[in-house]
Formats: sequence, structure tokens, C-alpha cells
Amino acid sequence: MGHDQFQKQEGRILTTSFFVLLSLSLLGIILIAVRCVRGIGAVSNMSDGYPWGIWIAYDVATGTAIACGGYAVAILVYIRNHMRYHPLIRSCILTSMFGYGLAGFSVMIDLGRPWNAYNFFVPSKWQVNSAMFEVALCVMAYSTVLIIEFLPAILYSLETSRWRRLQMIMTSLQPIFAPDKEAVLGKIGYVRAAAAWLRPRLDRVLIFIIVLGITLPTMHQSSLGSMLLIAATKLHPLWHSPLLPLFFLINCIYIGYSIAILESVISSYAFRRPFEIRQLSGLAGIIPWLATLWLAVVVGDLSWRGQLGAVWKFDLYSCFFLLEFALLGFGSLILFSNRNRHSPRWLFVSAALIVLGGALYRFNVYLIGFNPGQGWSYFPSLAEVMISVGIVAIELLGYQVLVKTVPVLPRIGLHPHPHAQPFCVPAVPSSPLTP
Amino acid sequence: MNKDSRRLGELPRREFLKLCVTATAMMGLPFRMHSQVAAAAQSGARPPVIWLHFQECTGCSESLLRSSHPTVSSLILDLISLDYHETLMAGSGAQAEQSLHESMAANRGKYLLVVEGAIPKAQNGIFCKVGGKTAVELLREAIPGAAAVLCIGTCSSFGGIQSVGPNPTGAVGVRDLVTDRPIVNIPGCPPNPYNFLSTILYYLTFKRLPELDALGRPKFAYGRKIHEHCERRPHFDAGRFAQTYGDAGHAQGYCLYKLGCKGPATYANCSVQRFNDVGVWPVSIGHPCIGCTEPDILFKLPIAEKVQIHDPTPFDSYASANLKERGKGPRPLTTGIVGLAAGAVIGAGIMMAKKLPNASPSQAGETHDHEQEE
Amino acid sequence: MSKKSRRDFFKSAGLASAGLVVAATPASASSVAHLPDNAQLGMLYDATRCVGCKACMAACKRVNATPGGLAFEQAPFDQDGLWDAPEDLSGDTRTLIKLFKNASTWSYIKYSCMHCQKPSCVSVCPVSAMTKDPQTGIVDYSKDVCIGCRYCQVACPFNIPKFQWDRTVPRIVKCDLCRDTNLKDKGIPACAETCPTGAILFGKRQDLLVEARARLKEHPESYVRHIYGEHEIGGTNHLYLAALPFAQLGLPTLPSEAPASFSEHIQHTIYKGFIAPIALYTSLCCIAVRNLKKGEAHPAPASTGEEDT
Repeated sequence: MGHDQFQKQEGRILTTSFFVLLSLSLLGIILIAVRCVRGIGAVSNMSDGYPWGIWIAYDVATGTAIACGGYAVAILVYIRNHMRYHPLIRSCILTSMFGYGLAGFSVMIDLGRPWNAYNFFVPSKWQVNSAMFEVALCVMAYSTVLIIEFLPAILYSLETSRWRRLQMIMTSLQPIFAPDKEAVLGKIGYVRAAAAWLRPRLDRVLIFIIVLGITLPTMHQSSLGSMLLIAATKLHPLWHSPLLPLFFLINCIYIGYSIAILESVISSYAFRRPFEIRQLSGLAGIIPWLATLWLAVVVGDLSWRGQLGAVWKFDLYSCFFLLEFALLGFGSLILFSNRNRHSPRWLFVSAALIVLGGALYRFNVYLIGFNPGQGWSYFPSLAEVMISVGIVAIELLGYQVLVKTVPVLPRIGLHPHPHAQPFCVPAVPSSPLTP
Repeated sequence: MNKDSRRLGELPRREFLKLCVTATAMMGLPFRMHSQVAAAAQSGARPPVIWLHFQECTGCSESLLRSSHPTVSSLILDLISLDYHETLMAGSGAQAEQSLHESMAANRGKYLLVVEGAIPKAQNGIFCKVGGKTAVELLREAIPGAAAVLCIGTCSSFGGIQSVGPNPTGAVGVRDLVTDRPIVNIPGCPPNPYNFLSTILYYLTFKRLPELDALGRPKFAYGRKIHEHCERRPHFDAGRFAQTYGDAGHAQGYCLYKLGCKGPATYANCSVQRFNDVGVWPVSIGHPCIGCTEPDILFKLPIAEKVQIHDPTPFDSYASANLKERGKGPRPLTTGIVGLAAGAVIGAGIMMAKKLPNASPSQAGETHDHEQEE
Repeated sequence: MSKKSRRDFFKSAGLASAGLVVAATPASASSVAHLPDNAQLGMLYDATRCVGCKACMAACKRVNATPGGLAFEQAPFDQDGLWDAPEDLSGDTRTLIKLFKNASTWSYIKYSCMHCQKPSCVSVCPVSAMTKDPQTGIVDYSKDVCIGCRYCQVACPFNIPKFQWDRTVPRIVKCDLCRDTNLKDKGIPACAETCPTGAILFGKRQDLLVEARARLKEHPESYVRHIYGEHEIGGTNHLYLAALPFAQLGLPTLPSEAPASFSEHIQHTIYKGFIAPIALYTSLCCIAVRNLKKGEAHPAPASTGEEDT
């Protein structure tokens, strides 16, 4: 990988936001412990009419779409061959890795009998008609792929890091607790050697892993839409359509690009780095066309199914549909202007609107447009919300810590080597311990 | 002689058959068996019965005296040969004891042993002695030669009132002393005489004991809880209770559960068989069941103490088919907090958008972004 | 470098995927017509014969309490725990009698699993915890396999499967025709065995349909002229007759196409033989490797092409 394109973010790890996120994470973990002891009903407002609440609608359905930054940018870099987006890829993969990992964690909390989950690997129990079966296996495979995709960054760090922090910790420990310095350095040497051995071999096969990382989300993001096909009698006709898989696929791609923009702008702002306008304006150029395609297919599908009238009823469903439509429409309208595409402010605003609109679409399908009839209603409980918030906080915390320890963010002042290509192995400093 | 004291042989045929049919039904046998019962009743072979009394109030014998079909006279003159019964027999003293021993010797292996009253074990059983022998000894002598052992009343079945803590005499039921042979327990305080009579009749007809439950009680009489065949059950199901003695509910004949009725925990047939041939039983006159057929209830639990219902059945009302508002919808607090948080996030976003530069830095000709296009 | 514009790429991608999915639809008319298997076991509940005694509820709980994980539900006004008073089917109650009453008329109605011919719950369960027995037609649940994802609850059009929200170790609860209890011991579900008026009939679906049609013919004035469950979502094995419109009694109005047929048709079209995913992976690999080789052969020259590619 073009390791020279990335850099570690310098800075203290223990900042204010670190502690805020840590407290939210801890609160979430405590509530999860309550859920484990007292049952799901003790912390959530889910019921027999609404068996899926925000843990599925947000953490799984929307969270994985938000984690599709890696997927969307990988398509551009490796399939469309736009290497200028390559600097964004690690940050996107990192977000994707966390996003999918935490979606999986949320599922484990939401499941009532998670100890039986091994049945996903027992062929006699496979039920291939189930969209959820496909989503589960595909997401597990994709999470693995993401880790493997991120491995080069970690291996590079292991190889080249000077282990300053570790040495600081060792010297500050009391003599009784301090481990034998020589032994630790020796072990670090092993780790370094192992990383050096693995990295080039990984680099050679990485392209096949990366393409897998493009195929798998295509499958499971569309299947997330297929999951609601069965609810023909419960999902409002504004959203229930045979094209649900297609909708979810397009939706995750434009959310993916928007999230890449959003995360880059926020990172640059938070870490006081220059904005990556060149890449972002490129991404921003794709989005309006995707969104237009999306809106056209939505309208076409509604008219073909004879549901255009439902759009203007101004009941709860119609209002949420129009809101989703408006957010997406307005967000993409902004990006039709070249000037806006180069403005951090308008990039931020439009990306935020599109992420909101796209997320609202998923909420509409999984929750708001879902009506089991017979007087059922649902609104998340505070504990339920705080568990979701805690999970997001863990993700943000992890992102913060990793960008400060591993080269993830694009290098500032990048002058790529004339032979810059994805998989070259840069020169490694000969003496890793020299400061 | 009045109707009630007629002997079996003096009954008109129709009434005799009615008696047998009733007994057959009471025993829970199919109708067609009534002819067998009649044949046994008429057979003339009168098995010997030895009736021992220990720590008792004689209430069980008194209860038996109030039966009318058959009457006690029919019983002891036509159906059985009552060779020893301290209350009913003519003889007394040494003469009575002698007839006991003679009957036990002559009918060894064939007599029915009926035990009334508990047996004290403390201090070698000296608290109950008849003819100089302790109750324990008397029982031990009588048991081996008995064809069947019937314990009439809760005292002989389970120990009864004298066995309630601190139980100074060490009173126990027969089952605690005799463990090597089947014992029929016919508990109650006093038991319904027809439970006893039907057991005898069953034995005469089939030459074996009826089906017994885990406590040795005949299932045909003690197979159901009072709660399951009580005439006031609809009041229980509908939640109509007498709250105190003499209140309006009590006067209306409502369920006595709240007054401590032990019916839900007591296996007996009082509500069906009823007493004294006038069709009354405690609940019917407004007093809750005290669970006198159960070893753990009678005299062990306060009469007014409510029992727990272990297998609740549905309440006498209906959930509506058009149930509105199910599930947990929005609560003011959560909605408020979520709304505030959402507002805060949107506000922060707007503020951040304001702080971000509007113009692209590259338009001013940034120096560090000379990326090459492929 | 490829001169294909981004526009073209997305147009072709979009068309390709849309075409793939459109080919899967319309699913309604052309989906495989699923003929009901009338040899399967079922129940006929005749609301006009039900007297609301609730013996069926009591029998069901008594018989299925231990293996079924059921419990008694205390009503809020019941301090001593005297009655079992469920308001709805739940994680403790498999069958329920409810009363519909309005100003002019009333009817009892019994709820329990419909044992559909093409069950949605079986179609969506990822680990085959919900299964339909091919001979008896009973839709059974296995807690030993279930992961508690509650997809079956999302899928069931009748909202039958209930989850034990209040338990640390929860499971899904629904009627299974007493498959491991009364049906095994006595050959008849407990509710049908106990019903004193014969409002619940148990038998083969074809026999139940014959009986239901006979009743409709003999007493047309007593019934709404419809056997609920005969055609609804492909047919169910639990059939209903009533004197009032079924929608009033809480039984939803449903089309005759099974949702499972609809969704499976689309899912199979996309993933048939796993051809599409493999084809996608292979073609993407070819493109990516080719791009890679291009990158190695032609190192990055000076900037060319549009800024906004």
C-alpha cells in the first residue's frame, strides 16, 4: 500500500472529547449489563408488535449504511481506477471496520438467544430463503475482510513505530512492576519481524480481498432491503416494493460517499488539518447523479405500483416520505453547483442532509413505515437510546485513538513518488528505535 | 321400625338396588357394575372387622352412625361381622378383650383392620393404653393378621390434632408405624361415612383395595380438590368474595376464599357427597373449608389464612377483541430528551457549518495540493 | 485512462441492477401457485358455538406449561394471584379467547397460531428454528436452535409469535398443536379435546373444509359467508367461521398471495445458484487487476483529464 500517503495524527489521546465519549461508552456498557441480567424488556420498549426497534433500525440497518464509506470509495479507487481518492481510503476503511463491528455487537445485544448463533455455521440449519441468513453470513465475512484490509496500516505501524509511548509507560512504572526492558524490546523485535514478513505477502493478495470487499456489501446491503419484502401486510405501500433491494443498494452508495465527505471535513476541522477539497469535490460530483437516479426510480416505482396518491395524503407516512425526499433532493441540489462542491461549508451541509435523508429512508422502512396494525405503537426508551449512543461513542472513541496511533489520515503536503501505486513497499527506517 | 334403621334384607328390592347403584356411582365405577355390587352385598359372606380405637374423639364412629344407606345396623348385621368395636360392642372389660383375641386368632389373614385415632409413641407409648397394653403394642399385634388396613379419620391417617406441635405424646398416624403393607387412609375430621362404606363395599365386591393416591386415600373420594367441584366456584371465578363473616357477600353465598377457605389445596368430596343426608357441608352453610383431609393443613394452618392458588384458571371476564394501544409508545420524558439531543446535534451542525470556510482553499492557489492525475 | 464518464458508469450499473430486480417482478401473478395441502392437520373454530368458557385456555396452559415455558399472568387488580388473566397472546399464553362486543352484537373469538400453508415465519427464520412438518403441517418452534432475532414476529401477518421480553433467557412462544404433549399422548390438541361445545374441531384440513361448507350451507343466516383461512395468504390450517365480519374480530383482511412466496421469488431470482454474486466478483476482479497492472505499467504522469472525474 502507498504507505507514504498516510500519516499518524499527532496529539494527546486523553482529550476532553475522549473523556466525554468514554463516559457515554461506560454508561452504554452498564445498560448492556442490565439488559443481560434482566432481559431485553427491562431496557427497551420493543414489543410483540414492534419486535425490532432502534437497535435494528439504526445500529444495524442505518449504521452499516453509514459504514459504507469504505465500500463506496473502494469502488472509485479500485474499479473506476481513480487513484486520487486513495488517500481517503484508510480513513473510510477504519470507519467501516468500526461501523460493521459495532453493528455486529449491537446484534449480539439485540438477539434473545445469542448462544445459538453458532447455528449460522451448521449447514443442516441453514435456511437459505431467509434474507437475514444472507445478511448475517455476508456481514460476518465483510467484517473479516475489513480487518484484513486495514491490516497493512497496522502492520506498517508495527514495523516502523518507535514505540515511544510504550517506552514512556515502562520507564514511568515502579521498579517492581516494570517488566524487563531487554525482554520487552526483544518481543517488539519479534512483532516487528512478523509484521515485516506478513506485509508484502498480504499486499500481493490484497486486491482479491479488496474486490471481495466490494462484492459483499453489494450483496448484503441489498439484502437489508430484501428483509422487509416479507412484511407485505405491515410495511406501508409508500415503501414496500419489489425494488427494495435496489433501493437499499443505491441508498448505501450515496450515503457512503456522503459519509466519506462528512468524516473528512469533520476530521480536518477537528484535527486542524487542511480540507481535502480535491478528493471531496470529486466525490461530491458523483452524488447528485446517484441521488437523481434514486429519486427517479422511487417515483417510477411509486407510479408503477399506483401509490403516487399516498404521497400527498399528508398523514404520518406521507409526511415522513416527503421529508426523506426533501432532505435528499435539497442535499443533492446543492452539489450540482461546482462552487459548492469546492466549499467545505456546503460540502458539509449537503453531505449531512444526504446522510440524514438516506438514514431517514432506512428508518422509514424499518420502523416508521412499519405498522403491524391492531393498535401497536413504539418509541425507544431512554435506556435503549443510551445503549445505541454508547455504541456510537465506542466507535468514535476507537476512531480517535487509532488515528493518533496508526497512519490513517491522508498525509498533508503529499508529493507522491513518481511511481506511486497502491502496493509498493516503501523504505523502512533501518533502526526503528532511533528517535 | 322407622325407615332409617331397616336392615338390608328388609329393604324393598327397588330401594336395595337404588342403594347399590348409588354406591357404585360414588365409587366412580361404571354403571354396569352395580349388579356386581348388589351380588356382593347379598352374598351373605360377612368378613370380620376388627376396629381399634386409640387417641381419638370417636367422631369417626359417630359419623358412621349417621349414615343411612346402608345404616350402621345393616352394616354390622348384614355386611360385615364387627368383632371388636369399643363403642358399639355389647361386651366390655376382659370379655371384650377376649373376643378380640379370639377373632384375631380365628380369622388370621382374613379380617379387616380399621384403626380410629392416632398412636402415641413417646415414652414407649404409655400415653394410650387399653387393657394394660400400649397402643403401639396393640397395633403391632393386630397388623400381621389383617387382610387390609383401613385408617378412618385424619388422626389415624396422619396423626390428627394430637400430633400438632409440640406433640408431647409423640402421636403419629398408622402410616408412620406400618410401612411394609398398603394402608387405606380415609381422612377427614370426621370423614364422610360414605367414603368408608364405599371402600368396604368395594373391597367386598372386588376383593382388593380401590385405587389410592400418593397419600393412600381412595381416588374415587379424594381425587379432586374441593376447589374443582365446589358450588361456589363461579363466584370465585368472577371475583365475588365474602370479605368478613356476616357481610353482604357472605349473606349472598359468595366464595369464602378470602375468609381462608382451604378448598384450593384440599382433596375431598364434601361438596359433592355432603353430610348427614341433608345435603350440607361447611361451605354451604358459610364456613370455609379447613382442609381436614390434608396432613399439612388441618390444625397446622390458621383457618383464616389464605392458601396460594398454584394452577390459576382464567378470570371470568374477557379481553376485548378490539384492544387499543398496545406496545410502549412515546413517553414525555424520553421524547423530550431525544428531541433536545437531536436539537443540540442539529444546532452544533449549523454552528460548525458557519465556522467552515465557504470558499475552497484551492481557489486561492494552495501550494500543497499538486496531486498528479493518472 | 478510461474516458468513460462517471455518468455512463452509473447509468449502466443502475440499469443492470434495476433490470435484474425487475426481472424478478411482478411476483404476484406469476409466482408459483402454491396449492394447499389438504391432508395436513388443522382446527376449525366456530365462533357461533363458542360460549366463552375458556376451558381451552386453561387446558392449553395446564398441558403445555412445563415444556412450553408458559406462566400464569396476573391481572393488575389481582393481589393474591388467584387467576390467569392474559389480555393478549404473550410469552406465557398460547391461546386466548377474546370478546368482541358493540352496541348491537357480540362474539367470542379464539386466537392461536394459524399454521399457514406457506408460513412467513418459516421462510424468514435464518437458522430453521421455525419449521413446517410436511405431513402434519404443524409449524413448530425449536428453542434449541432459535437465536432470538424475532424476524418471525416481523414476518407473521397475524402477529402470532410472541417473545418473552421479561425473561433473562427468552424464547418465542406460540401454539404448536400440542405436538409434543397432548397430540403425542392422545392424538388431539388439548383445546380441541376440552372444548365442551365442539366449537373447536380438530382433523384434516379437507374434512374441516367439508364440515365448514356444510355448516354454511345449512345455516347461512348464522354465519358470514366466508371460511377465514381457506385462501388467506395461500391458505391456513386454522380455519374460522363466525357470525360477524372477521376484521371486527381482530383477524386481518389479507390477500391470497403468501408474502413468503413474494419475497422468496425475488430472493431466488437474485441469488439463484449463487451465479450473480460469483459473476460480479469475477468481473470486478478482472477490472481491478487490470487497473492494477495499468498502474504499474504506466506510473502517474502529469495531471490530465477533468478535475471532476
